Formats: sequence, C-alpha cells, structure tokens
Amino acid sequence: MTRWLDDVEALTLKGQIAVPYTWWVGETGSRFLIALRDEKKILGNRCEGCGTVYVPPRKNCGQCFTDIDEWVELAGEGVVTAHTIIRFQYPVQPVQPPFAYAVIKLDGADVGLVHIIKENLDQLKNGVRVRAQFREDRTGHILDIDSFRVI
Amino acid sequence: MDSIAIVGVAQTKYERRKKDKTYYDLVYEVTRDALEDAGLSLDDIDNVITVSNDFLDGRTISSMAVGEAAGGYHKNVSTVEGDGAFGAFYGAMRVLGGFKTTLVVAHSKGSEGDMRYVTNGMFDPVYQRLLGLEAVSSSALQANAYMEKHGVTEEDFARVSVKNHGNAKNNPYAQLPMDLTVADVMQSKRIADPIKFLDCSPVSDGAAAIIIASEEYAGKARTKPAWIKGVAHCADAYFIGDRDLADPKSLRDAAQRAYGMAGIREPLEEIDIVELYDAFSYMEPLWLEGMGFCDPGQGGKMIDKGITTMQGSLPVNPSGGVLSAHAVLVAGLARIIEAVLQIRGDAGPRQVEGVRTALAHGINGPCGQSHCVWILAGNM
Repeated sequence: MTRWLDDVEALTLKGQIAVPYTWWVGETGSRFLIALRDEKKILGNRCEGCGTVYVPPRKNCGQCFTDIDEWVELAGEGVVTAHTIIRFQYPVQPVQPPFAYAVIKLDGADVGLVHIIKENLDQLKNGVRVRAQFREDRTGHILDIDSFRVI
Repeated sequence: MDSIAIVGVAQTKYERRKKDKTYYDLVYEVTRDALEDAGLSLDDIDNVITVSNDFLDGRTISSMAVGEAAGGYHKNVSTVEGDGAFGAFYGAMRVLGGFKTTLVVAHSKGSEGDMRYVTNGMFDPVYQRLLGLEAVSSSALQANAYMEKHGVTEEDFARVSVKNHGNAKNNPYAQLPMDLTVADVMQSKRIADPIKFLDCSPVSDGAAAIIIASEEYAGKARTKPAWIKGVAHCADAYFIGDRDLADPKSLRDAAQRAYGMAGIREPLEEIDIVELYDAFSYMEPLWLEGMGFCDPGQGGKMIDKGITTMQGSLPVNPSGGVLSAHAVLVAGLARIIEAVLQIRGDAGPRQVEGVRTALAHGINGPCGQSHCVWILAGNM
C-alpha cells in the first residue's frame, strides 16, 4: 500500500521547541548557589533523622520525609567514586570532549556530587582526590564550580 | 489478587527510522493488530491507556493526540508518562479495579527528535542538566561503579551484547540482529568509558500494544491467556549521586514483592525465561543480580556459565533485548509481549521449550531509578 514511499524521501517538517523557563532554585538551592558565588564554598546539609549529609543540599530528606535545618560547610575536596571519560560531543556539554564526569564524595558529605573533570584525565581513577576549581566570574550557578581537578 | 491475564499483543517491527509511519499510524496499527490477535473487537475494550513522553514526541499532552488511533474515541482514556511496563502496571490496576478489559499502547519515534537532548531533559535543571549529562554518560557512571565494586569487566558486558544481538537473529521484530564477537564489541568506538558503541542500544521507531482482561473476559479471547501472577514496582532516589549505582536495591525490592505475589521462592528454578531492560550491555548482569538470580557481583558469571544463553537453564532476552531494538517507552511493553509469546508457545524460531513462567522487566528514570517486575504464567 505504501510501497511508493520506498522510492522517495519522506516529506518532513523541521521544528524546534524552545520554551523559556525561569526556574526558582528554591530556598535551600539559593543558599547553596549564593555560597558558591560569594564565598567559593560548597554547602551541604544534614538530616537530623538519618544523619545523611546531602550535597546539593535538600530542603527535606527523601528517606526520612522530614525537614532539614542543619547546614554543613563541606571541604572543596573529595574522592572520586565513579567516573567516565566522555568521547562524544553535543551542544549541551559545557566543555569539549574528551572530558570526564565523576561522582565525587566530598569530605564531610554522605552522597556524591556529579561534576566535571577537564584535565589530567590519564590520572583519573576511582579513589583519587580532587579539588573544586571556582570560576572568576561567578553568577550563582552550578558551573561556578568550573570543574574538579585531580590533586 | 483476582486472576487477570494478557490476552492480546502486537508490536511493529522496530527500525532506525520508520519514514512511512507517523506516531498515529503506529498506534493505529498495533491497536488493530492486538485486537485481531485477541479475537476481540473495539466494543470489547472498555478503557484505553496510552504511553508516551512529551519530549520524545515534541508536543505537550502527547498521549491525548493518539487517543483515537488507540481506539479511545468516546472511551475512558488515560495516560502514563513512563516506560510501557509501568503503563501496563496501571492497566492491570484498572482491570483489578473493575474494568473488563484495558488496552495499553506505547509509541515512540527516536528518529524524529534527538535522544541526547531528550534524555538530558530528565536531569535536574539546576544542578545536573547544565553539566550535559544524558542517558549514555550517566549510564557510563553506573557501569564504572559496577565494575569498581565487583570486578566485573568490559568483556563481561561485551558477551551480553554478542548474545543478545545473536538472539535477535531469530526475532523478526528486532532492529539489530547481528553476528558479533567479543572482539567486535571491545574494538567498537568508545563513547563514554566503559561504554562502547556496541554496548549501546540503538535509536528506534516502533509501537506496541497489549490487552489485559479480567478472568471472565479472558475466556472471550481466542488466545491462550498469559496470567499475571505478580507485578510490582519500586523507585530509588532521583539524584544519581544519592544512590549506590552498583546496587539496584529498588529492583531487588520490586522483584521480591512480585515473587511474593506469585508464590516464587527460588526464582532461578521457578522462572523459565527473563526479558529485561538492557538499554546498555552492563545492565543485564546488574539487573540479574537485583532480581536475585545470583549474588551481587556474580551477574557477569551467569553468561560465562551458559545459564542465560538460549541453550541455558534461564535464557535471558530471547528476543534480542533492548540492545537489539530500543523504542523508548515501548521497550518495556515489548519485554512483556515477548514473555507472553514465549508462554503461549508462539515465539517461532526463538521459542524456548516448556516456558511456564516468565519474568518481564522495565525501567524508568536515570540509571534504572525505578524498576517494574512482571511474573507471567501459562497456568492460572
């Protein structure tokens, strides 16, 4: 019935959905991002119920279903617990491949922060220590931490 | 639980690009074919569930755009935004809740959007999306964590790809039947270490539908019913940094609940085949561990021992799995359909002999955040 389509290029319509959003980062998120911007500090917070120190900080603990009120200043350093070297490219990536994503357990935190490692990829393995590198022009954004560097 | 069964199934052939079919065409085709398979008419269907994703389709309320194609005109139509295995779960609930028959249909055309952007959109916009994370890179972190924790190797993953693409040669619906060697997989292009090109599922177009019926209505269908003996799902934390990526504990929980409902105590002995969601090769051994077929860290050995091959005692992904066709959202429903065909004895050249009980599995969210486990059986 549709055999004739085998011999032709299908007629298509090109489009792109670009909807502007202005996401409120939240009360807890504001404090985290402002600390990155103004103090070059990474803040976490601790659940009173289970003791978990979260980063990024959360307003509530998903496990305990309670509010979290206790802020914790984390070291800008930690340990890589998982990593991958990225070898493909698409425009959302903030850097050119090859670069790495890593799950980083910051000193003082109980969960991992996912971020970027750009340099010395040959030294990257799980267990290595890394340190946050802050940008000069910080705007209150997760990429105010430019990347983590192997130390 | 009351006895309910899957009495009709249909799927399209999965292809890289179906240039001759719109979403609507695909949904219409599988709806019609599922009715024909069951020997039922649209009058026998009293409610419809469509499964779709707005980012994939490039339109909001994408589910409602295919209502009529799904036979839903002037009927009770509702929607699941997630994998088809979860859509089918909702369908089962509706039959248990008093509907006689539910038609569940899922569609997607990966060819029309861009999966990197679509899967980037599943991450938190404030903390993760702007890093560029998407399905492949986040899964690569999970594969790396799994290897680190248990000493599983890239070769272990490669063997899964070889097996599943080989199985696909017996499945006329599969997109990528291939004769591969471990060396082919190991030498394929590195995408995001340890994931290489041949460790990845393809971008696919396709659709699938199933009809779930009450015990009373199952007798009206002409097919041998596949009875739903147990079904459960469970979700882990959203942020991947909050999880132990090498420990699929939400899968363990879902599987144990499904086994409990089905009265299964020794899954390795009581389940005859498994159809699981292997979007990447590493997922097969990791999910087998979560399902309790082996101890944590032993999933890679299941294939080495020949247990999960077509000749083994527990063939896994006789269809070729998601590695051989990955119409996103449709893929979980395709796992259920393969389980039904195996139970009926209708799986053609890939039929495993004597299948009485089958496990089908779907995932939702980054790195298998949520898992849905189905236990289907030929005997009520």
